Amino acid sequence: MKKILFAVLCLFAAAVQAGVNIEHWTTPAGARVYFVASRALPMLDVRVDFAAGSATLPASLTPGANLAGVAGLTNELLEAGAAGMDEEQIAARFADIGARLSSSSSLDRASLSLRTLSARAERDAALELMHAILATPTFPDGALEREKARSISAIQEAETRPESIAARRFSEAIYPGHPYGVNATVDSVGRISRDDLVAFWRGHYGARRAAITIVGDVSRAEAENIAARLSDALPDAPAEVPLPAVTLPERQTLRIPHPAAQSHILIGLPSIRRGDPDFFPLLVGNYVLGGGGFVSRLMKEVREKRGYAYSVYSYFSPLKSEGPFQIGLQTKRAQAGEALQVVDTTLAQFLKQGPTESELREAKKHLIDSQALGLDSNAKILGAVSIIGFYGLPLDWIADYPRRVEAVTAAQVRQAFNRHVQPEHLVTVIVAGD
Amino acid sequence: MLLVSAIAAALASAPAAALEPQDTPYEKTLANGLHVIVKEDHRAPTVVHMVWYRAGAIDEKDGTSGVAHVLEHMMFKGTKKIGPGEFSKRVAAAGGRDNAFTSLDYTAYFQQVPNRALAKMMALEADRMANLKLDAKEFAQEIKVVMEERRLRTDDNPQALVHEAMNAAAFMEHPYRRPVIGWMADLQHMRYRDAQDWYRRWYAPNNAFVVVVGDVDHDAVFSLAEKYYGAIKRHALPKEAPFAEPKQLGIKRLTIKAPAKLAYLSMAWKVPKLKDVERDREPYALEMLDAVLDGDDAARLSKDLVRGQKIAQSIGTGYDPTLRGEAQFVVSGQPAEGKSVAELEAALRAQIRRIQDEGVTAEELARVKTQTIASQIYKRDSMMGQAMEIGAVEAAGLNWRDIDKMQEKIRSVTAEEVQVVARKYFNDDRLTVAVLDPQPLDSAATRPPTASLRH
Repeated sequence: MKKILFAVLCLFAAAVQAGVNIEHWTTPAGARVYFVASRALPMLDVRVDFAAGSATLPASLTPGANLAGVAGLTNELLEAGAAGMDEEQIAARFADIGARLSSSSSLDRASLSLRTLSARAERDAALELMHAILATPTFPDGALEREKARSISAIQEAETRPESIAARRFSEAIYPGHPYGVNATVDSVGRISRDDLVAFWRGHYGARRAAITIVGDVSRAEAENIAARLSDALPDAPAEVPLPAVTLPERQTLRIPHPAAQSHILIGLPSIRRGDPDFFPLLVGNYVLGGGGFVSRLMKEVREKRGYAYSVYSYFSPLKSEGPFQIGLQTKRAQAGEALQVVDTTLAQFLKQGPTESELREAKKHLIDSQALGLDSNAKILGAVSIIGFYGLPLDWIADYPRRVEAVTAAQVRQAFNRHVQPEHLVTVIVAGD
Repeated sequence: MLLVSAIAAALASAPAAALEPQDTPYEKTLANGLHVIVKEDHRAPTVVHMVWYRAGAIDEKDGTSGVAHVLEHMMFKGTKKIGPGEFSKRVAAAGGRDNAFTSLDYTAYFQQVPNRALAKMMALEADRMANLKLDAKEFAQEIKVVMEERRLRTDDNPQALVHEAMNAAAFMEHPYRRPVIGWMADLQHMRYRDAQDWYRRWYAPNNAFVVVVGDVDHDAVFSLAEKYYGAIKRHALPKEAPFAEPKQLGIKRLTIKAPAKLAYLSMAWKVPKLKDVERDREPYALEMLDAVLDGDDAARLSKDLVRGQKIAQSIGTGYDPTLRGEAQFVVSGQPAEGKSVAELEAALRAQIRRIQDEGVTAEELARVKTQTIASQIYKRDSMMGQAMEIGAVEAAGLNWRDIDKMQEKIRSVTAEEVQVVARKYFNDDRLTVAVLDPQPLDSAATRPPTASLRH
């Protein structure tokens, strides 16, 4: 591959556009539903997002003990047993009807996603299995012990890989004392018991904390039944509580020894919340700085002009609390200093001057014209709409997107960058530098 | 289980309606030999445009390994008409994204754009098919980027090092022994003339094909193709000397030391590939075997080795029957904490032996058949996925018209056929075993190879 994937903010931004009709309602149990009918293919995607990510772990769960990892394990083990079925029976039943279930967990949300054929028999069977997994997970001890061991091995392995070491030290350094900076460790995972999983599930997997996204070949009436059924027996979890405030880190550079041929460099800080009006100026500005693939300033300066790196990028990842702004690159260790200097200069200049008028015009045109590319499959619509639903963004976000992008001025970009990327709080992590 | 089989029976009839002829691709060959395939998909106003060249690492020679991929990078460095970097800039200005990839068998370029931009994309691709401008200065810059790519993907990635070394050991003459990214020393010695030679030799309309999937009218696409690609002259392609991998005479084993915590094991058996879609049986039986071992969450290896015996941290299989060179059936995994690679290898061998002795069950065959039917629906959600599938089959020398037939053929595989291929091909005289021996991070043995670079 010649180029790396576009960065997070860019992806999402491009992933929202006109022409997607989102129907929204709330189920009797209190779950918010976001439905997009798409009848072209005989298939259905259903995704349930809970406010149950790793940052939602309340201190009250096990006072004093660090249980980092419990959110991910709870999410993963939902499908390890339910309604009298063990994990093998559940896996076999999904496979036998051609349905695919996947789970994922990040800082804010934990999700269960189902893709099934929309023909009545398969759809009903798949959704009943999903219902059982959400409403009656058993979290068997055997599966928990095995997954703890696998998780611990994965953490130990991650601590040998330069890219994962950099990512882990970076989040810890930019979020001191905040749940976004807590990574699961060998010790924290080792401490987790079945009771912790059950308590986490009861406290987080409730209807009021859920956003259900449905995309595919069903009618509104069918979607209403599906959403009502999926949310009718969830635990009675309390409503979400706000995360603690983010404290900006001190400017610092962390150097971590490693034998790799390349230095892995990350630069950034906590930056922007979902719903912040500065989103659009940052989106447009970041396309110019490091989000726009080959045409970004970072790519030109670091890769095109100097051949310092294969991949160099920047992105904003808006979250419930201030999500990170991040620049990343890898370069052979002997030239890490020069490469870092180029990145610092490029960023400083951008903060000072912002985009040129022609850069601004090109960025806006690209972002508006490429909106359709982010929505040309059910899978992409599901991803984009699930963000709108989970974070409570306006339902007209997609239709309004071109107008919001078009309205951005160079002055707004400069001001927004200076509000959200303050050099005195930038953290630099260098793994395998000389 | 009654419920499940009833559903499977119901399923068998449902998807047939979904495979309507309106999705059937259209094709045309221009007078200069360029083959154009169009699949209409009107769900969204976008289009994927791909140009595939039948030139990949398989066509390289010793000493210039990696040149196919280096040329791929250089294809973004300008033509007689446009300057370096201008290609991607114009794609972005049209609201699109572009990328490219090089494999053992081919090199492919693509743009995903709003459908109204298709003509511009064809103009750009046609331009660099014939008018690429290669100069020493741009080359000198870009070769450094490729070396960084090699460090990132291979040198600092222990599992990639294992696979690179495994292929180099498995094949003695066959060009699959060379990595697509190229050996570092070859990259260091490469000159822009090597890339230029490669371009002159292989980049011709009669060695390429175009795949377009999206919200387009096929006749309009054919007209555009004629307009932009039609004027490019065909030229004679090199006649390559045939190669024949000498018969393997016994098991091959190798060890790679690299910084890591978990060990890693990869086992590769030489097996047949798909040559004749209609008459071949063994490749379909091997695909069925692949699916029974690792086709879904309920498949044998995850069920027995990761969950049941807890002997593997992770496990996976790979078998691609559609390629130009020789096929391998690869099984790779990490041993679980407290287990050794030897124990994992023994457990994998026991799994193979079980199939050799007992075959596979009717339930497993039915499940894989259901999965192939569902996959045929799901894959249509992605325009890029559909374009990739058509391109990969064509690049292997097969015909896109046979894609659905290949799926039907897999569904016709019997338990006996699976057992027969397991017995015939999974023996040590066809096997290469590569192991990652993890080293501590602070060990002197794990100092990076950069220390020995000559330039």
